[in-house]
Amino acid sequence: MAQKVTLNVNGRDHTIDADPDMPLLYALRNDIGLNNPHFGCGLAQCGACTVHLDGQAIRSCVTPVSAVGNGKVVTLASLGTPEKPHPLQTAYVEEQVPQCGYCINGWIMTAAAFLNEKKKPTEAEIKTALEGLKCRCGTHMGILRAVKRAAEMMG
Amino acid sequence: MTKFERPAAFSRRALLKSGGALVVSIGMPISLDAVLAVSEAHAQGASQFAAAVKPPLTPDQLSSYIAVNADGSVAAYFGRMDMGHGLHVAIGQMVAEELDVPFSAVKVYMGDTATSVHQGGASGSTGIQLGGKQMRMAAAEARRVLVEMAAERLSVPADQLTVVDGVVQAKADSAKKVTYGELIGGRYFNVPLAWNKQYGNTLYAPGKAQPKKPSEYKIVGKPIKREDVAPKVFAQEDFCTDVKLPGMVHARMLRPPVAGSVPVKVDESSIREIPGARVVWEKGFLGVVADREWDAIQAMQKLKVEWSQATPPFPPQASLYDHIRKSSVRKRVVEKENGNVDEAFKSAAKVIEAEYEWPFQSHAGMGPACALVEVKNGFATCYTGSQKSHFVQAGIAATLGLPLEKVHVKWVTGPGSYGRNDADDCAMDAAVLSQAVGKPVRLQYMREQGTGWDPKGPASIHKARMAFDAAGNITAYEFTSKGFSRVDVDTNGGKPQDTLAGHTRGVALHSGDGFGVPAESYEFANKRLAWETIPPLLDRASPLRSSHLRDPVGPQIHFASESFMDEVAAELKLDPIEFRLRHLTEARDIAVIKAAAEKFGWQPRPAPQRQTGVKVSGRGIAYAQRNGTRVAVIAEVDVDRSSGKIYARRFVVAHDCGQIINPDGLAKCIEGNVVQGISRTLWEEVKFNDKAVTTVDWISYPILDITETPASIETVLIDHPEIAPSGAGEPSIRPVAAAIANAIFDATGVRMRRVPFSPDRVRQAMA
Ligand code: FES
Ligand code: FES
Repeated sequence: MAQKVTLNVNGRDHTIDADPDMPLLYALRNDIGLNNPHFGCGLAQCGACTVHLDGQAIRSCVTPVSAVGNGKVVTLASLGTPEKPHPLQTAYVEEQVPQCGYCINGWIMTAAAFLNEKKKPTEAEIKTALEGLKCRCGTHMGILRAVKRAAEMMG
Repeated sequence: MTKFERPAAFSRRALLKSGGALVVSIGMPISLDAVLAVSEAHAQGASQFAAAVKPPLTPDQLSSYIAVNADGSVAAYFGRMDMGHGLHVAIGQMVAEELDVPFSAVKVYMGDTATSVHQGGASGSTGIQLGGKQMRMAAAEARRVLVEMAAERLSVPADQLTVVDGVVQAKADSAKKVTYGELIGGRYFNVPLAWNKQYGNTLYAPGKAQPKKPSEYKIVGKPIKREDVAPKVFAQEDFCTDVKLPGMVHARMLRPPVAGSVPVKVDESSIREIPGARVVWEKGFLGVVADREWDAIQAMQKLKVEWSQATPPFPPQASLYDHIRKSSVRKRVVEKENGNVDEAFKSAAKVIEAEYEWPFQSHAGMGPACALVEVKNGFATCYTGSQKSHFVQAGIAATLGLPLEKVHVKWVTGPGSYGRNDADDCAMDAAVLSQAVGKPVRLQYMREQGTGWDPKGPASIHKARMAFDAAGNITAYEFTSKGFSRVDVDTNGGKPQDTLAGHTRGVALHSGDGFGVPAESYEFANKRLAWETIPPLLDRASPLRSSHLRDPVGPQIHFASESFMDEVAAELKLDPIEFRLRHLTEARDIAVIKAAAEKFGWQPRPAPQRQTGVKVSGRGIAYAQRNGTRVAVIAEVDVDRSSGKIYARRFVVAHDCGQIINPDGLAKCIEGNVVQGISRTLWEEVKFNDKAVTTVDWISYPILDITETPASIETVLIDHPEIAPSGAGEPSIRPVAAAIANAIFDATGVRMRRVPFSPDRVRQAMA
């Protein structure tokens, strides 16, 4: 049954009526009006729904709203802006990575959390950090170029 | 939330805000009203070339493709759409080039049935080849007309005028000038074109103008970047999954547990507790709607349904290829034959034969399909990621019984598209649901429906044989494919017979026949290339219905034909490139192979190498043509004999698609083709039991992981400015599987003849 749930998303509190079991993804998309992230699988298998919860990349499609608690949620929309881009966003544009772009949340949000923790990663470390994320269009080469570029920008 | 008003956005709002000449006619402008309005405009004294009211949106009107706004910027209306390769950039380049305006002055509006004519959608890598050709001719005609108008205005003969950045000026006196915006801004071209009376891919409607010579190009050929990447990266672009309408409800579909069964009892009380949940049930069509998306998903999961007893329709997976082998042939077509093949095989001293197998494969889009449809007052509006919006318009009209002009379809970027995926089915289902509930309905399939129920790339077997005389010379070659049709359901949802909504509501499938033959220029004295199709496994609403998946049957055919060429080269102990060059006849084919070999640093020697050890490496080449384009791919792979794991490490791709419009877009397009090609070669196989498809998610239907990304994909782009551009969206996926198979053979001496080369299968083959 629906209950009042307060979520802190992109620096603002939002109180919504929701079934506590409802995945965060639907709250973000339908109640809070953030069109990113996307539904790709609903099974934690692809990454299209990735957001940060207290700085960790999580799959919002399998995270019930009740599990968010007081945690701070950040979506791609507030990772950076065209005026103040995150290095990964700059690198993605520079490298012209996406084809359809539906997978972007998974790669950028996962890589952003990883690069926060790990300075100057090797290519193998980058690949391992991103393992399991999907890009059906096959933009793998561009993704790796962009993440390496962003890693350099982040020193 | 603020959003970019991005140039390539197609929202009604964007059109309205851009003002000027842009027409926002949501109905189909081919109405009588529009035609009358044109006459009226004439009555008001419109000039010879311009009208105050937009002429009807028909293929024979220049205004259907090009408009000039008051500020001199240009709108190009394109009846196709970009599937992520930056097609709109290339089209913008071609239009800007012909019109002599800066690239940034052109906005390309794609895939909206209210603003563009039916140019076939995204289809067969023809976006530039055919779609661009038309836009180029339209832009050239627009320039011609504008110069004529300027000649009149400036009293200077047209041949003494030149155009610089949208300003027409006298060659002799640059003070005598007038801008495009001053000439026609805010009005419409009123110029007839010589339309060939065809819709779709082959639509062609040139004017009187000749396009520029390649030597005059300033914009075409430049690596201009996509402007739509930033909005995506900053989460400022809506996908088709993100569009919302007031009063919209969410929907989910239910599919039967046994393919072919239909609901016989639906217990609506089982979802009574779910707020606003409703069932829409008509024959085999069963969906649920609810106000909230999560509730619609709950309703789908909780709804109690009794399904009819249906005989499980599918053969055991393990006997798929036997089924194909033994199945009756529904249609056989010999596409190429010379000499007397049967006679040559009869008198052969030696014959080499091989058979290759390719499984059903899924589009497995990044997200399952989504569509939003509003049926209201006898008018349907649809937002879809389908790559063929004009066909979706026809499909919705037929499905709902509406006239074509009462259906408006807008393409909005979807979660990837590589052919006839689940998008068109989703649009039809949403249309039926919206009509039933009288509200806008947003339907998104679930993951298991996207991967389990999309139209599949067809499974097939391929037999190749080569005859030799006593001296070891080749005397004959025969190649025959036998498989499910690539048009069991058609390449689009334009007819109910080709959609799940049609099938579930009682429309019979009209399975078509289509396959193909190798596209190459090998010359042999006696040669026959043929294909045979077999009937589908189930005659309606089948999760194994087959249709177009990227390069429809190219990967399977060329996996077989180019593996076989390698087998013959090995038999003759010839270097695989040397062997190919001996028999190829077309100069561009030879050039593309030589270019790849040079870039790779290919040293001639026969395959296989005699290597020992668990981890070995090899190289392989394959090549193919595709509608004028030629591609050679060299793969270098590492094989781990004990784990069976293949690492496709390095690729060199030489690509000749005639004139290159945008080398940057082309190189990225090739990379995507190669990666998807590796994925389909190493991992992808639709699995099923007698009742249903069992590969329904990313675990059961794995694709190439980022940890398996090649170390490098190098491209050699061969530019032929003098040759009209052919396609690039698909050709380079074609030779990938054979290049990998040939490299595995080179490394190990083991020939892989069945795709995918999963670790299990490779390990078995190596044992
Ligand atoms: S949608 Fe969440 S991981 Fe796929
Ligand atoms: S760009 Fe389409 S799925 Fe990654």
